[in-house]
Amino acid sequence: MTEFAGSQYVIEVIYLIASALFILSLKWMSSPTTARHGILAGEIGMVLAIGGTLLRHGIVDYKWIIIALVLGSGIGIPLGMVQMTAVPQRTALSHAFGALCVTLVGTAEFYLRTPHVEKFMMSVLSMEVILGGLTFTGSLMAAGKLQEILPQRPITYKGQNLVNFLLFVVAVGSAIYLVIHPEAKIFFPIVVGVSLIFGVLLVIPIGGADMPTVISLLNSYAGLSAAAMGFVLDSKLLIIAGALDGSSGLILSIIMSKAMNRSFTNVLFGAFGQVQASAAGGQEAKPVRSATPEEAAAILAAANKVVIVPGYGMAVAQAQHKVRELYDMLTKKGVDVRFAIHPVAGRMPGHMNVLLAEADIPYDRLIEMEEINGDFPQTDVALIIGANDVTNPAARSDQSSPIFGMPILDVDKAHTVMVIKRGMSPGFAGIDNPLYYLDRTLMLFGDAKQFVGGIVRELGGGH
Amino acid sequence: MGSNFIDALFIFMLACFIGFEVIRHVSPLLHTPLMSLTNALDAIAVVGAIVLVGEHPHNTFATVLGVIAIVAATSNVVGGFLITDRMLKMFKSSRPVKK
Repeated sequence: MTEFAGSQYVIEVIYLIASALFILSLKWMSSPTTARHGILAGEIGMVLAIGGTLLRHGIVDYKWIIIALVLGSGIGIPLGMVQMTAVPQRTALSHAFGALCVTLVGTAEFYLRTPHVEKFMMSVLSMEVILGGLTFTGSLMAAGKLQEILPQRPITYKGQNLVNFLLFVVAVGSAIYLVIHPEAKIFFPIVVGVSLIFGVLLVIPIGGADMPTVISLLNSYAGLSAAAMGFVLDSKLLIIAGALDGSSGLILSIIMSKAMNRSFTNVLFGAFGQVQASAAGGQEAKPVRSATPEEAAAILAAANKVVIVPGYGMAVAQAQHKVRELYDMLTKKGVDVRFAIHPVAGRMPGHMNVLLAEADIPYDRLIEMEEINGDFPQTDVALIIGANDVTNPAARSDQSSPIFGMPILDVDKAHTVMVIKRGMSPGFAGIDNPLYYLDRTLMLFGDAKQFVGGIVRELGGGH
Repeated sequence: MGSNFIDALFIFMLACFIGFEVIRHVSPLLHTPLMSLTNALDAIAVVGAIVLVGEHPHNTFATVLGVIAIVAATSNVVGGFLITDRMLKMFKSSRPVKK
């Protein structure tokens, strides 16, 4: 803070360039053709910023910095090489790491500065550790659920919202007390500790289907906590990067919550997973029509237009490569095959796109919901692989359905609907899907990967 | 100090608006790589951790917390850029042969 002005200016200019590169980096992400320039811009910005920081005069000891940088890179490489199916939990884990960094620095800064902490400084410092703390444990919980170390189903208990609310009040209340009496050090660990517990409890009631919203929200919190850290350290670069990340996460959460027909306040206050499996019981087995791979292959081969609707079930069964074979086979026969992507299909925003891109399916065949919905009436076959609630027509017509109002893919308007599914058990949210009982619907019972493999064999052999 | 905070608030506000405008135009196709990229960029918090460790060599508490913070953030920088790049490499357009 008392360096020579000259070098300080150089470093600030480096930060300025890095900030510009970060903004460009995100701007270039808008299209797949320029996106890889975006990464390069981001990387250059990052190297400049870290390099510039190491030049600071105030830094006297490099030993630990170098050790930590090397160690972090060593951990980062395997985290960057995970399988594409593991991307949601990897993302959650990296939110946790980002938040951990912010929380630790915030904690250290408090003890270095106390008891002389200005009111505004104490406010942003509290914001930093509250957001950082809850994001850290919340993201760890999310990662655990996605990795299936923790139970995926929502864990709920009576008075859950009240407990969460009280914890939040304790954290914020202690923080406010600290703002007024910064010398009351004892309150700081309370703020951090309660935030950590709050993060755990916030994510406990969340089920797998709500993960896209939650991950986006945690992304936003991670960004905001970094921006708060920028205020504490008076680093404009950090404020900008945090604001960009925060707004990105916020936009994604808004998109996700809209796609699930939840109000945004509903999401903000952590009332995820409130759709309960209330009406699951009492359903008598209604007749369904089922078909074998041979029959399915014959129908697909005779079709002109096929739309495939992938869901989380496809990811679980690791069926994306078999789906690619099916795509190739049908395309060769002159069938027009496209993929309908619901915004919340899978476990994080864009999850299905990445899996299908990994399987080498061209991205211009992946169509968003609004764009493809009008085409279903002209579609010969809609093939649903491991998706359920996003195709449930009850969301359009049945006011009593828990998902009523949620935008869905209008697959029931296709001439023939085929659903690959393990059995007749209701989907994740425990909601019955009337789609399965339509006359035009054929149920293809079996594992997604094996069943698609069976269809591919039939198509190949019958040629 | 007071006016510094006000300046910082202005910067924060402007950056939020830029973020909204820029990210609104990102195709839903790329939402997953977008998230891993913003994650990597967000790990610029490593800068704060580096300063913390470098400027307080004799404060064990600050050094320990700072070192863990650097490790966590650096793993995000390296892992985040790496996986974003791997994902984007996979996105291919259909060849002109296919119609």
